[in-house]
Amino acid sequence: MKEIYSWAAIGANVLASSIANVLLSYAMKRVGDVGELWKRRGVLAVIGRMLATPTFVLGVLGMAVAFYSLLFGLSWGNLSLIVPASASLTFVANALAARIFLHERVGRRRWIAALLVAAGVALMAA
Amino acid sequence: MTFRKYLVLAGIIVFSTAGDSLLARGMKDLGNVSLHHLPSLLLSVLHPTVTVGILLLLAYLACYTSALSWADLTYVLPTTALGYVFVALIGRFSFHEVISPARWLGIALIAAGVGLVAAGPSLTPRRETGHAHSHDISSDATSPEVEP
Repeated sequence: MKEIYSWAAIGANVLASSIANVLLSYAMKRVGDVGELWKRRGVLAVIGRMLATPTFVLGVLGMAVAFYSLLFGLSWGNLSLIVPASASLTFVANALAARIFLHERVGRRRWIAALLVAAGVALMAA
Repeated sequence: MTFRKYLVLAGIIVFSTAGDSLLARGMKDLGNVSLHHLPSLLLSVLHPTVTVGILLLLAYLACYTSALSWADLTYVLPTTALGYVFVALIGRFSFHEVISPARWLGIALIAAGVGLVAAGPSLTPRRETGHAHSHDISSDATSPEVEP
């Protein structure tokens, strides 16, 4: 039972955080460079513009789902399984999602990097 | 990439690592949450360690969304993995923990992966996707930020 809960939490975390990352990245590209906006119009303009972007709000909700599935997982499994396993899978899932949904150019360099990081994170848990 | 942008990336690493650690410590205090008592999961945010962890994760979210406003997701995300490396190295040099060969290999792989991404451009030009959302994105993509 413990294993099932742990892996269900990992699956939910990877799915939710991939969706959330894509939504947030999309939203923030629409908002524009936050640093520039802050300099020109102040921090309130930045916050206002972010909250007025629906995909940003959805992205934060997705983050919250990912966060709670992680909390749930942590209450059942070991930190040394849950965090690296979900993080490791998240790097690969996100590279895929960024390519498909955000049309980022995930060239050979970034694919290799995503795989290296995913493998490295998995090894850190061993 | 300016110094300020590297600071934001460093903020992502520091805040997410510290936040996750505190969260994990707090949840261990609380014990197992069963599916039948999910409301207690919502109440767990009132545990002091968990609360501080969440505040740190909010700081992380601010840095993270800021970074996403000027860099690709596939650039920002791998960078965050450096946090694992720092935790391991802090454990090694501050608390004299032993790092197994497998973990050293993990550290090397993460560092190599992050190095590969960081050596490239932070924002790549988009493939043309029509004009629905093109004007914000394309103006970013054509900004003169290129690798040296």
